[in-house]
Amino acid sequence: MSAEHAPLLAVRDVSKSFGAVAAVRDVSFPLYAGEAHALVGENGAGKSTIVKMLAGVHRPDTGAIELDGVPLDLRSPADARAAGIAVIYQEPTLFPDLSVAENIAMANPPRGRLRTIDRGRQLRDAEALFRRLGVMIDPARPARGLSIADQQVVEIAKALSADARVLVMDEPTAALSAVEVERLFTVARSLRDRGAAILFISHRFDEITSLCQRVTVMRDGRHVSTDPLAGLTVDDLVRRMVGRDLSTLYPERTTTPGDVVLEVDGLRRDGFFRDVSFQVRAGEIVALAGLVGSGRSEVAQAIFGVDPRDAGTVRVHGRPLRAGSPRAAMAAGLALVPEDRRLQGLVMDASISRNVTLPRSGTLARLGLLFGGSERRAAAEWTARLQTKYGRLADAVSTLSGGNQQKVVLAKWLSTLPRVLMVDEPTRGIDIGTKAEVHRLMSGLAEDGVAVLMVSSELPEVLGLADRVLVMREGRLVAELDRAQATEESVMFAAVGQTRAASAQSAASSGSDDSPAGSARTADKDRNASADRSAGTNAGTDRKTGAGAGVEVAL
Amino acid sequence: MTTVEDSVRTMTAPAGSPRPSALERVLRAREISIVLAIALLVLVTAVGHPSFVKSQSIRDILLGTAIMVVLAVGQTIVVVTRNIDLSVGSVLGLAAFAAGTLLMDHPGTPIIIAVLVGMAVGAGCGLVNGLLVRFGDVPALVVTLGTLYVYRGVAYLWAGGQQINADELPDGFLSFGTSTILGVPYLALIAVAVLVAAGIVLRSYPAGRQLYALGSSPDGARLAGIPIGRRTLAAFLASGTLAGLAGVLFAARFGTVDAAAGTGYELNVVAAVVVGGVAIFGGSGTVWGAALGALLLTTIGSALPVLGVDQFWQQAIVGALILLAIGIDRLIAARVAAALKKRGSHVR
Repeated sequence: MSAEHAPLLAVRDVSKSFGAVAAVRDVSFPLYAGEAHALVGENGAGKSTIVKMLAGVHRPDTGAIELDGVPLDLRSPADARAAGIAVIYQEPTLFPDLSVAENIAMANPPRGRLRTIDRGRQLRDAEALFRRLGVMIDPARPARGLSIADQQVVEIAKALSADARVLVMDEPTAALSAVEVERLFTVARSLRDRGAAILFISHRFDEITSLCQRVTVMRDGRHVSTDPLAGLTVDDLVRRMVGRDLSTLYPERTTTPGDVVLEVDGLRRDGFFRDVSFQVRAGEIVALAGLVGSGRSEVAQAIFGVDPRDAGTVRVHGRPLRAGSPRAAMAAGLALVPEDRRLQGLVMDASISRNVTLPRSGTLARLGLLFGGSERRAAAEWTARLQTKYGRLADAVSTLSGGNQQKVVLAKWLSTLPRVLMVDEPTRGIDIGTKAEVHRLMSGLAEDGVAVLMVSSELPEVLGLADRVLVMREGRLVAELDRAQATEESVMFAAVGQTRAASAQSAASSGSDDSPAGSARTADKDRNASADRSAGTNAGTDRKTGAGAGVEVAL
Repeated sequence: MTTVEDSVRTMTAPAGSPRPSALERVLRAREISIVLAIALLVLVTAVGHPSFVKSQSIRDILLGTAIMVVLAVGQTIVVVTRNIDLSVGSVLGLAAFAAGTLLMDHPGTPIIIAVLVGMAVGAGCGLVNGLLVRFGDVPALVVTLGTLYVYRGVAYLWAGGQQINADELPDGFLSFGTSTILGVPYLALIAVAVLVAAGIVLRSYPAGRQLYALGSSPDGARLAGIPIGRRTLAAFLASGTLAGLAGVLFAARFGTVDAAAGTGYELNVVAAVVVGGVAIFGGSGTVWGAALGALLLTTIGSALPVLGVDQFWQQAIVGALILLAIGIDRLIAARVAAALKKRGSHVR
């Protein structure tokens, strides 16, 4: 499509650090006019940081972004817009209370008499844009209530109205259905063919092959490769994205699974996941893998009763568990260590001992009152078992390091002596040493007969610890791999919806059309399904995920 | 279960028809229902007590509404940005006392100068609020709750227990507060002018629309390159200035000003704004609605005593109205969220 001419936009040797964490290091790649360029990499590879630099949200520490060979100084999103760079985020950034036409024209509304906004022209302009894009959206309606797909189209119309020459799309398809993706691509292709440069970020290889001509792979904040897509297979890309050996951080485990402790059957929560069925035995560690947003955390939360469930049953030791009641779940011997310890796991300003004993305050209380003594003793016992480092038990949890905070969360739930322990991202953002401790701890719990369900984005952790790996995609279980079958690649391929033999070319042709909605059963091990619909709402956290130690291998 | 057909249907859903959305219909219904409520209240009161529609009491309602409308306009400007200004009652008192003192000490001062001084005092207070919210990174609720007490304290300190009485103020100023043109008080005309000006800016100028954008989605506003800090500051500046203007109008209307002037007004104003359909979480609502809310609350305040309704019940009715208004807002939000959730369930 495009010859090797001067790039329209060039990212040159940019680096960006947040605190001590280098999110992006010396990355360079070109964007050519009339070409769509894919940027791929695992969560935490630095893709979103690149996007934010192009958007003017972050400024590169070193290096430059050049447009037509001239370095840009993007100090704000307004600067980026003025330079002709439009960014479409995974989560559309529309103003729900304003009309669609106003949303499109917000940056530069047409003016009429006395410099007032010419509303009539604003509406007509929006209509004209939608006609050009071949879509039907009423420009007078408020943006509230538009489907995500329509919101993305409005974002594109915004980019068009600003005469954007560079269109950056950060996982725009994460929440779209196949038909909606196709419509978005039709629009993107027409823009591309008119000479815009497109930077497209996605976890879905079939989408990349159907839209893009060139691909840049990033890993751990570094540039790995930039090549024309034509000669590459999905295998090549995945290998470049993963590109590492499994670390030896993980304890040797010999498992003798006992009876089924946790039984989940047909669990569904509308809008998040469906048809989720699996069992966890005593002494077993089962990992729930998948892309961020594929519904893993939501499954754990629905089992524990924090989130409602719309269908399905959960049994613990054969007894059905009431839906929507964490209290009942705790009584049945369940514990959930949540993903975000600051928001969900801890009361940051309360003392260590208060946090550790929180779930048991009922049993520790005498005459309904909590006395310091029993609280302190219980807290001291469990923090000691977990080798938590702290000054005094009365210190606020917020004074501890991330790893020790995580230990407090674990202590808090382990002290309830759970029979089923669900942990969501147990080692996110903690250092390697503490990670290994947490891994040993979980391994030890399993040996003691606890059934462990672990949600993790870190492949080495999944592969190193789990006896079985359940892979989720688009809110369903798509694969169940035992220890022998589970490799970085098999899990990754299942999570993104490709078989490893599928080349880029054939993926392009098979496209996203073989996904009749709904009814196919889950957990078929090697199903070669369609476009990956997964990386849902919180894939935006991917930079933060990467902010942890270098070994993080989020998918 | 969402199917491909659903997606297709969503895509080809009837569009292009410029019919108002459910949300708009409800909001419009809000303004109409306020007008109906006012009409009904006036009618019922007038039937039982014909004196209620005498020009004297109507003028009283208009005077009271005028001050409230000026405050409500300022409050609306702040609330649409997802902030709140609780200090307006204190600012009103401070400005009223400043203008009163000026006129008492220099009886020859032109009224316009007194008005400008009051507005300048208000602008200063608003600027402090805005700077604290912008640079202190503290929620406006907390900042203005603090300045509510601070400004009131300044007023007490300054007044030192003394009171400005009507006989100490120039006659011209007092007549400015009560005279009418064709039966319409000057004060009401000023309020209408403020209302119209603010209405036009909020509706038809980019800066005004940016205030709504800011309240509708602060993150989106940042990514859209809207100067959030400057707009927030401007909103508080506007609210303070208008509260200062309201203070001068207050002094002109009542002629008696002490340090406690305007105590508790902030809650009435917020009530008027909320009843008038301005979403307390920002992003929607108009100054027209807020002005209608102010008119309704003032009319209730005048009509219920005439009808012999107990003071307690007046407050209970105002409270019920607020709950009703917020309840309606929540209902709309829940409906919209439910609709969104259904559409958003593209999990397949």
